[in-house]
Amino acid sequence: MKHAQKATRFIADEPRTDWHDQALWFVRQKRDLAVHSVPEWESLRELASQIKLHTLANLAEYLEAFEAKAQANGVQVHWAANAEEHNRIVYGILQNAGVRKLVKSKSILTEECGLNDFLEANGIEVTDTDLGERIIQLRDEPPSHIVLPAIHLKKEEVGELFHQKLNTEKGATDPKYLTEAARHHLRERFLQADAALTGVNFAIAETGGVVVCTNEGNADMGVHLAPLQIHCMGLEKIIPRQADLGVFTRLLARSATGQPVTMFTSHCHRPKPGGAMHIVIVDNGRSEHLGRPDFRNALKCIRCGACMNTCPIYRRSGGHSYDVAVPGPIGSILSPGIDLKKHSDLPFASTLCGSCSDVCPVKIDIHEQLYKWRQIAAGEGHLPVVKKWGMALAGQVLSSPQAYNLAGKLARRALKILPRFMLYNPLNDWGKSRELPIAPAGSFKEWYRKNKMHEPE
Amino acid sequence: MRIGLFIPCYIDQFYPQVGIATLELLERLGCEVAYPLDQTCCGQPMANTGCEQDALATYRLFVSNFKDYDYIVTPSGSCAYHVRHHYDVLEQTPAVARVRERTLDLSEFLVDVLQVHSLEARFPFRVGIHQSCHGLRGLRLGQDTERVGNDFSKIKTLLRQVRDLELVELDRPDECCGFGGTFAIHEAAVSAKMGKDRLADHLRHGAEVITAGDMSCLMHLEGIIRRQQLPLRVMHLAEILNGAV
Amino acid sequence: MSKKSILRAIRQNQPQGPPLPDLPSFASDAPEPLAAFQAMVAAMGGQVAHAADFPDLGALVSAYFPGETSVASTVPGFPGNIPMQDIASPAELETVGLALIPAQWGVAENGAVWVSEKDSLFRVLPFIAQHLIVVLAKDRIVSNMHEAYQRVQIDETGFGVFIAGPSKTADIEQALVIGAQGARSFTVVLE
Repeated sequence: MKHAQKATRFIADEPRTDWHDQALWFVRQKRDLAVHSVPEWESLRELASQIKLHTLANLAEYLEAFEAKAQANGVQVHWAANAEEHNRIVYGILQNAGVRKLVKSKSILTEECGLNDFLEANGIEVTDTDLGERIIQLRDEPPSHIVLPAIHLKKEEVGELFHQKLNTEKGATDPKYLTEAARHHLRERFLQADAALTGVNFAIAETGGVVVCTNEGNADMGVHLAPLQIHCMGLEKIIPRQADLGVFTRLLARSATGQPVTMFTSHCHRPKPGGAMHIVIVDNGRSEHLGRPDFRNALKCIRCGACMNTCPIYRRSGGHSYDVAVPGPIGSILSPGIDLKKHSDLPFASTLCGSCSDVCPVKIDIHEQLYKWRQIAAGEGHLPVVKKWGMALAGQVLSSPQAYNLAGKLARRALKILPRFMLYNPLNDWGKSRELPIAPAGSFKEWYRKNKMHEPE
Repeated sequence: MRIGLFIPCYIDQFYPQVGIATLELLERLGCEVAYPLDQTCCGQPMANTGCEQDALATYRLFVSNFKDYDYIVTPSGSCAYHVRHHYDVLEQTPAVARVRERTLDLSEFLVDVLQVHSLEARFPFRVGIHQSCHGLRGLRLGQDTERVGNDFSKIKTLLRQVRDLELVELDRPDECCGFGGTFAIHEAAVSAKMGKDRLADHLRHGAEVITAGDMSCLMHLEGIIRRQQLPLRVMHLAEILNGAV
Repeated sequence: MSKKSILRAIRQNQPQGPPLPDLPSFASDAPEPLAAFQAMVAAMGGQVAHAADFPDLGALVSAYFPGETSVASTVPGFPGNIPMQDIASPAELETVGLALIPAQWGVAENGAVWVSEKDSLFRVLPFIAQHLIVVLAKDRIVSNMHEAYQRVQIDETGFGVFIAGPSKTADIEQALVIGAQGARSFTVVLE
């Protein structure tokens, strides 16, 4: 099903749509408050963008430097060309260590790769430990947001879920009570885990370490308790220097949730005494994306989710309407690069209002890329036939003054004389919730000819 | 200074009073304004739908109509943005470059070029501004809420010169109305919901009239206003500045 | 191993890019660090205690956590009552009620403190304890993260972390709940 249809279904429950919109707008407002108290905000965005552009231009060198440094630190580094290889590598590491129970911290990459299903099919018990991730894992559904995975759910739904799965009291909906229940449940899992896996926010070429940012401390609970730790990263997560973290940590949390920094900014460089540490570097289409001049700078993304919170379409259609691991504006410019045919409608799930580009902490020109993906989607034949022919016809009419004048006249006359039931037929999507404009007596051009050029009518 | 007036297609066909107000206003301010009769559209409807190729002939027609003017002024931030930004796909001949450089939205022409400081206009109503996105974030006609910087708004600068006009503050001063060209049709449900939410914000703050630099947003909002019979009117900025009561 | 093919593909597609920019420290924009730091710790859900208000650290701990019987400390001169040298596996720290750890640096703009493996002995200690106290010297507060990263060496030990407060979540309807998976409270003792 396409985005427009899923969105229509989402909006059918209007009070819930309003609630969803408000919840995310609240996050956007917190973000505004946080960034407007940093006078150098725009300079930071520019610096972050420059650092990322520089890194993308020297990506192979930085990745090699990172690997060498990490290996010198006693870390085992793996390279995965695609999702399947990533999953096989992770499973191989777990198998070698005899792991039965894995705890995970939020990783959009493993969601992208479908790691959980793969591991579970191979007999590994996987527990997502971020509260939001755990909620949706227990519901057996994908996250609807990259930072707020369960933002689409109401506390009543979480209460009912926890009652069924964690044995909380029937009807209990207090977030504090529910979080406490999850805390006990997850502590058990942390203590039993043989291995912990996390995503990576930043990988530092200079030091060979990875940085993981969380508010709950779940990544750390997992990683520091289990003897084996694995960090999976998209290859665009690399930054050159330790000092660059100053720029990115200042931008990330403020953009994501309006906090000045995440509660925990953890830097892992070497395995713990007696433990083992692995880093899996994943391509999965990224190197190919690097070769697309108009789109490569989407790889600057630091996954803050600000473009989702600000997007008026995302807020009113929900993350699941995009049907991809990374939804919202950034997902709509990344997904067509992975499978254009499947995701060709996503670049159209936008009014090109540009709010996404202006909240983006690394200055990705998201709305411009949406525009450009539209050209490619249309050029490669992924437009609905009505749209395609309609635009070809419009192009002919609008490039001919005579045809344009005539078509305008006909349209205005049609608006005037056609009965309502013909104008507002089921095929008229405009007219479902809106009136068509009232046809004026004549066009501006006709008025001009008559009044300014004194031509007879 | 010779001004070429560009009246976008939907204004020409459905809102001639906006074109008339723009022309009258510019003439009252002493401009020499010509209206090339062979004009049609800037080509945005096709291009925003992904059919840039179908729009090229329209782009060329626009350039040939307007290549000889000192400024091309249009009561549409969106069309001005499109010409300035997306005509980059044309071969950049001197004519194309000149047209791209010199196409201005009405409000920026009034504020930046004419530097209008006082207008003979009165409008005794409570007015809510709809900040059309392409004008706001594309042409930077004002400071949006996303970026950090000094607050300014060319539209407000002009409306403050209108006597008895009271500006209302909104909860979300620059959220999109949901029009978005063919988005309004292909994502009709989201589009209409966005429009409804914008209108509710204006109503909540006691606006009687919603104004904007883009009639396309207002066409969409007006469609909802009329369907829901809301106590609101829409008027293009040019109509208010031209003193229409 | 796909390393070679990945790097080859990257090299094929790598664009030209700008030089790596120099990073300013933006320090002149920052307000007075000590006061700002204290305000930020509170804003982030933590609390500040002053060592000078108490005869010793033990008195401070008793005042802030009366009756706490399970105290793990890595602060020199304050042993707590869990013998850290006897801990064989990090999971044994599960019963810790309160952990005291020295912190090396504080950051005024966000209330965070830098703690490394060297300070906590066990990486998990600041997270697994029910409550966390860090002890920080007043003259070790910098204005922002740029300055912090100039002073900290992130790979000095195998693990280091900026801690900005208690563990928290807002994953259920954006309602802020303190005490998600990690410590339920965060106290910075300034000395």
